[in-house]
Amino acid sequence: MKNEEHNFSRNDQSNLTMIPGAFARALRTNVIWQFIRFMVINIKMLVVVSKSH
Amino acid sequence: MARLVVLGGGVAGHTTATFAAKWLGAGHEVVVVTPNAKWNWIPSNIWVGVGEMSKEEVTFDLAPVYNKAGITYKQAKAVSINPEGSADNASPFVTFEYTGQDKAGELENMDFDYLVNATGPKLNFAATPGLGDANGMGEHTVSVCTADHATHAFHEFEKSIEKMKAGERQKFLIGTGHGMCTCQGAAFEYIFNIEHELNKAGVRDMADIKWISNEAFLGDFGMGGLHMKVGGYVVSSKIFAESLYAERGVDWMIGAHVSKVEKGSIDYELLDGSTGKESFDFAMLIPPFAGVGLKAYNKAGEDVTDTVFAPNGFMKVDANYAAGAYENWKASDWPRTYQNPTYKNMFAAGIAFAPPHLISKPMSSPNGTPINPTPPRTGMPAGIIGKAVAYSVCDLITKGENAHLHEASMAEMGAACVASAGKGVFTGTAAAMTVFPVVPDYEKYPGTGRDTEYTFGEIGLAGHWIKHILHHMFIYKAKLKPGWTLIPE
Repeated sequence: MKNEEHNFSRNDQSNLTMIPGAFARALRTNVIWQFIRFMVINIKMLVVVSKSH
Repeated sequence: MARLVVLGGGVAGHTTATFAAKWLGAGHEVVVVTPNAKWNWIPSNIWVGVGEMSKEEVTFDLAPVYNKAGITYKQAKAVSINPEGSADNASPFVTFEYTGQDKAGELENMDFDYLVNATGPKLNFAATPGLGDANGMGEHTVSVCTADHATHAFHEFEKSIEKMKAGERQKFLIGTGHGMCTCQGAAFEYIFNIEHELNKAGVRDMADIKWISNEAFLGDFGMGGLHMKVGGYVVSSKIFAESLYAERGVDWMIGAHVSKVEKGSIDYELLDGSTGKESFDFAMLIPPFAGVGLKAYNKAGEDVTDTVFAPNGFMKVDANYAAGAYENWKASDWPRTYQNPTYKNMFAAGIAFAPPHLISKPMSSPNGTPINPTPPRTGMPAGIIGKAVAYSVCDLITKGENAHLHEASMAEMGAACVASAGKGVFTGTAAAMTVFPVVPDYEKYPGTGRDTEYTFGEIGLAGHWIKHILHHMFIYKAKLKPGWTLIPE
């Protein structure tokens, strides 16, 4: 059983949510993709910080 | 020569004192009164609570830092304020009781020209019977609110892991320990770090993990939730929070007021008025916050605490405390200068200021029990407010009492927040979020209350890297190492 299938079946609470599949989960710890996201998130955060001071 | 006394040495107080000392120079005196000997980067207490960091890695001694900055340091807790002075003393003064420096228990009065109250919260464990003693080291539950609490939590967590390795199933209950708690974010981080560590220890299948919180919906975080742009949609944080809980196999109970804690179980009341018991083997429940209990007296010695402080013990500032019902709330209710309306030489910063009202929609059970998160005022907003107050006080001292006061409304500032969901250079994840503004402004942004161009969130390894970098960056800044002023709050 796929991981997300297992979790959907746990109870009604979980059944009514969205659960990431294997590809989306893999991207979360993929070093190359996360390095790109690291740069993007930092830029976004710096914009918010600069607007807040 | 003027004297600024800062009560408290947390994020807000430390920021105010260090910037004021730098800007005022040796011509004026800055005093910090804080009961703690060490500064604590509280966001990393989460990692202490699961054994991924030590207490020493998240704290450092304040005395050498204040000595370097030319700040007079009193390791003491403030007891009372006499903003008009007294019959014997024409100058405003604060009374404090030493907790260290070989004077523990001694009382001392100190005159001030300006006072900034940045005492942070009292961890009000007593609000829920059985939640914890005065030190927070509860007999039945643990906390991660201080580095010592987190160290204690880790030791209890280790015991649970050993039991699971021996074949004994364990139930983890993590969240908020009262209907009026704030700081859901810390509990959110802790539950997912616990889940991550259980996986690493190979005992995840022996654990049942449950979230309990006073939020009306998952992802409220005391801010009424937030809406983010993802994949072309604008979606509520509820969707993302529920997704994460389901993905990691964590059950949840929301809209819950914990009314009593006993060995192995809690009593709770839900927003629908129903009550029940929930069992646990390991519980980390955040206590509600209250003001630290400072008293205030006028020149005649009469108690004017109610004039200076709100009923919850936080200091009144330039907020609109008469906003009334939820339908009347506006962004403009929130304070801008943090100046006390009665005594203009006193300010409050960080958690110590009394918010005008909640941010989340107020809720209560049919029994009349309020069950809603109180507003968060920690982290980035606390630092920004502390710096703005430092600016104002420095201008009042150097330019005179008519100087323009600096403003930092939480309804006009954003906040960046990184919530750890597990530690590891290549296996860790964290939810990186920004909100703009912190307090929703429905007049400016009628739909979600916030600017969706600057309100976003995503979970991944990048967020973990950012949280780890922030840990080192903010401790570096707090130690006033070269270039510290260049690091934003």
